[in-house]
Amino acid sequence: MSDAAAPRQSEPVEIRFRGGGFIPRKRRWIGIVVFVALVALIEWGTRTGIISPLTLPKPSDILATFGELWQSGLLFKHLAPSLSRLAVGAALGASAGIGVGILIGLFSYFREGLVPLVAAIFPIPKIALLPLFVIWFGIGEGSKYALIAFGTFTPTVVATYGAVDNVDRSLIRMGQSFGLSWLSIVGKIVLPGAMPGILSGLRISLAIAIILLVAAEMLGAQYGIGAYILEAGSLYDLERLFAGVVVLSLLGLLTSGLIGLAERRLLDWRT
Amino acid sequence: MDIRLDGISHTYGETEVLRDISQDIPSGRIVCLIGPSGCGKSTLLRFIGGLERPSEGRVLQLGEPPPGCLNPLTFVFQDFSLLPWRSVRGNVSLVLEDHGIRGSRAKEIISDVLERTKLSDFARAWPKQLSGGMKQRVAIARALAVNPAVMLMDEPFSALDSQTRELLMDDLIALWERQPFTAVYVTHNLAEAVRLGHRIIVLSRRPGMVRRVIDIDMPLSERSYGNPDLQHTRQQLWDLMREEARAADEELQNV
Repeated sequence: MSDAAAPRQSEPVEIRFRGGGFIPRKRRWIGIVVFVALVALIEWGTRTGIISPLTLPKPSDILATFGELWQSGLLFKHLAPSLSRLAVGAALGASAGIGVGILIGLFSYFREGLVPLVAAIFPIPKIALLPLFVIWFGIGEGSKYALIAFGTFTPTVVATYGAVDNVDRSLIRMGQSFGLSWLSIVGKIVLPGAMPGILSGLRISLAIAIILLVAAEMLGAQYGIGAYILEAGSLYDLERLFAGVVVLSLLGLLTSGLIGLAERRLLDWRT
Repeated sequence: MDIRLDGISHTYGETEVLRDISQDIPSGRIVCLIGPSGCGKSTLLRFIGGLERPSEGRVLQLGEPPPGCLNPLTFVFQDFSLLPWRSVRGNVSLVLEDHGIRGSRAKEIISDVLERTKLSDFARAWPKQLSGGMKQRVAIARALAVNPAVMLMDEPFSALDSQTRELLMDDLIALWERQPFTAVYVTHNLAEAVRLGHRIIVLSRRPGMVRRVIDIDMPLSERSYGNPDLQHTRQQLWDLMREEARAADEELQNV
């Protein structure tokens, strides 16, 4: 007789585990390991000649170039104007964007009037408007500020009014039921409720700001990371080009870190 | 301060929700509104609290609210409606700030209401750290802080498990015993209604009309869990509502 006919006599079998998985977990250092392995691979490839020096420069040479750049003081000569353009442009664009986004979120007239306009402006490559900005704001810093501000404005608006729309209406009803003033409801319920969405929108806006910063500096600046990269590129000096790109990546990490800091500060109730 | 409902009718578009409701809510008593789901009892509560307007009829306030009352008509919501970015203390202080109460006076009120709702040890906790029962306690503390003339409670315990609900009901009764307040308590739970209500208003299914008003004279403190008189009233209410509850359940949602 088969076992199935006499289930009582069979040995107890432990139930097979089939759950688990599908949950992202913290794995420290893996990011750094991948990065180091990739750089090591390129270093090995360029040293042995598998990767020709025309394709990629040696990472060690890039590091050396970066060291030179640092020591000669040229790095800060390029970085300082870039940082100030980024700060001024992004601050203008983001604050205008948050302001307009809140107006759209709160008032139906602004929503009906401005949402189509923002949707129409959003897909325009802002770089294409640089010549226009040069005419409007001059060849100097003004046009660069304007380009960066304009580029950060639209994504910030969209993220902000989306965040305001997502604020739990029952919390607003609660505020009304306790007789809170309109200003209190906006300041104590709507804005804090929209803050997570606004900050994650800023993450994207600041990345766009860096892209536009480089574009603006490539089109007319003596100093700046963009100008430095453009000059290196036109001389086909790959080491310097990559050193400039590394600076941009670090800039991206820095802004993302700043947003992370703001999130930890402002959204400590979430974690 | 009493509340009078004067001929209230309401329609949402084509749907008639409430028809000609006239009732008095006497001060110092708990009035329970019960009825099958979708009969408009929560809507009626929002009319009383001024969060919505009825198509016809008026809600009247008779007499002045007692002195020291910051927000005469105060809600306790089913979903608690706590601000997740404010601590327990901050959530209570929210409703005081607009009345210019800050500093030591606010501190005094906050520690008093937290003490009354057994939350003194949790003043600094975030809402997400609290269980459902604790959250509702915070919401009740917040309501007590503005010293309401009438508490409007919209199924306050229906999101909680039944043990927690029992505990909170006991607490609510203890609060009332300590300092009687006026309340309109919307529920679909008959046991809650006979336990808390001095008066029970039974609404019919849509369009909601007053089917019966039952007064229970027994003091709240004597209403024990298995009291035969209350059981009888509860059975009576259920007999009244059974068919309608079934019909309401089988109705298609036309939303």
